Amino acid sequence: MHNVTAMSEEQAAIKDAVERTCAAFPAEYWRKVDETGEWPEAFTKAMAEGGWLGVAMPEEVGGAGLGLTEAAIVMQTVTRSGAGFSGASAIHLNIFGPKPLERFGTAEQKQVHLPKIISGEQKMCFAVTEPNSGLDTSSLETKAERTNSGYVINGRKIWTTGAQRADKILIIARTTPKDQCAKPYLGLSLFYTDFNRGQIDAKPIPKMGRKAVECNMLYIDGLEVPREDLIGEEGEGFKYLLQGLNPERVLFAVEAIGLGFAALERASQYAKERVVFGRPIGQNQGVAHPLARCWAELSAAELLSYKAAKLFDDGLDCGAEANAAKYLGAEAGFNACEASVLAHGGMGYAKEYDVERYMREAMIARIAPVSREMILNFISERVLGLPKSY
Amino acid sequence: MKVLVPVKRVIDYNVRPRVKPDGTGVDLANVKMAMNPFCEISIEEAVRLKEKGVATEIVVVSIGPQQAQETIRVGLAMGGDRGILVQTDQTVEPLAVAKILKAIVDAEQPGLVITGKQAIDDDANQTGQMLAALLGWPQGTFASEIVKDGDKLKVTREVDGGLQTVALNLPAVVTTDLRLNEPRFASLPNIMKAKQKKIDMKTPADYGVDIAPRLAVVKVAEPRKREAGEKVADVDTLISKLKTAGAI
Repeated sequence: MHNVTAMSEEQAAIKDAVERTCAAFPAEYWRKVDETGEWPEAFTKAMAEGGWLGVAMPEEVGGAGLGLTEAAIVMQTVTRSGAGFSGASAIHLNIFGPKPLERFGTAEQKQVHLPKIISGEQKMCFAVTEPNSGLDTSSLETKAERTNSGYVINGRKIWTTGAQRADKILIIARTTPKDQCAKPYLGLSLFYTDFNRGQIDAKPIPKMGRKAVECNMLYIDGLEVPREDLIGEEGEGFKYLLQGLNPERVLFAVEAIGLGFAALERASQYAKERVVFGRPIGQNQGVAHPLARCWAELSAAELLSYKAAKLFDDGLDCGAEANAAKYLGAEAGFNACEASVLAHGGMGYAKEYDVERYMREAMIARIAPVSREMILNFISERVLGLPKSY
Repeated sequence: MKVLVPVKRVIDYNVRPRVKPDGTGVDLANVKMAMNPFCEISIEEAVRLKEKGVATEIVVVSIGPQQAQETIRVGLAMGGDRGILVQTDQTVEPLAVAKILKAIVDAEQPGLVITGKQAIDDDANQTGQMLAALLGWPQGTFASEIVKDGDKLKVTREVDGGLQTVALNLPAVVTTDLRLNEPRFASLPNIMKAKQKKIDMKTPADYGVDIAPRLAVVKVAEPRKREAGEKVADVDTLISKLKTAGAI
């Protein structure tokens, strides 16, 4: 795993320490939580205790004050260890999820919440997407109406990760009707508030993979939010959310890439050991070349991901690179997992060899947090200057 | 009590070493390097002594190339307080290392030196013993337990016949064995703190030690490849085969 240049001493130390932390959670651990659907608590705790949740948070609130590059190294190392998205998604939100709070929260909000998020004491979830407004965030229907003491929120959210165990929720809701706003994305406000189970009903969604890290449908009925839980200015919530989008794309990219490399390692090992017709199957170019091609694709996507991270860390625009990295990383990651299943033959379909889990999990990065098509739309319009199609 | 922990940068124990084609040594180009595992155990023990209030300061020392700074930094992230790098790109034999360490001990005046019993690269297993001899200090080698007992240090040693416990007067030199402890790995906050810790840069000349090698390496070769075995049907065939081979 590399930066665009060689890794610094500190980055190498980070990678090494995360590798060692993950080494305590072998394939059997992830196979088991994938079967039972239990949250990987022990892993989450180990990562919190090592301080890894605070990698990109400022030092004054207990973080390490490092950049997206280091956060990406952490997350790629996690999936690369074989933890895959079962591991990465359990902590992914903590890395850049609290950024709106850190950037736009009051000093008090930051001091109260961020140290607890970093230590893992406070478990947050993120409620943006809705059943009737996926990528079209400005059309979201959840409403926050003013009361004497603050707001009351009503609506539905979908794909909220970790809502079963969360005690806090970062939620975006419309505070001014769209037709009364100058721009469609105005009038949305962001809140960081208690996950009050009396007023929020969270139902897990049975899904293709990553059973251990649940995603939920939320039914929010009369959630009372004190005024001090509003983040920043009323009506500016969408703008705050945008800050976290590019970093999140880069993290998804490297997570998929790490998983792809993990799959390739398993497949190459198997292809070396499995003897058919008197020789290891990896000696056949029909088996070897697909794996080699995946390595090349992963490496290329990795370079672009770390370039995007570097641009972000240098305060430069990284929209095109971050989007393209997420596109290429997700595709390369999935291709590597698929090729690895195929290289295993029948055993690739058996849970014992883990690559089938990797392949199911690798689909996540192709879909979330933004579809391949919307990425291509972004590049078509913003980079190539083509007319908007939707 | 100040504790001095000498550490060595070696080829990572997970890496399969390859011998250079000309047989002059092990190929280290683009190979992952790491702290010698026994040195990690030594740091861990020093940190535990500090946590118990026995040690007050942990000084991590390495003798080697510029990159050995990274190895020291790992030790500082585990809990060391400061570092000393004696920089040289030459091969340093155990006696030269022991002489440099003696000079550092003279300057630093630690109450205890904890070092690995050997480094996994050349498996010399000499430095600790030589250092104790040069200093005229007691030594407890192959330690599997270290306990401060009044003004003495009780060291349990792993010897051929079992376990031997010795009581050392301080100051002393202890070399660590595999079962002494399980080293921690650095947390992110400690990696960040380690960046601020000081590493003094020195050279062998600063200590007046001549490190010119006394030995010449004649040849380095890979172990002979194990040849394929043979499966036999029963014990009788096995015995007759072994007899034919002259093994019994």
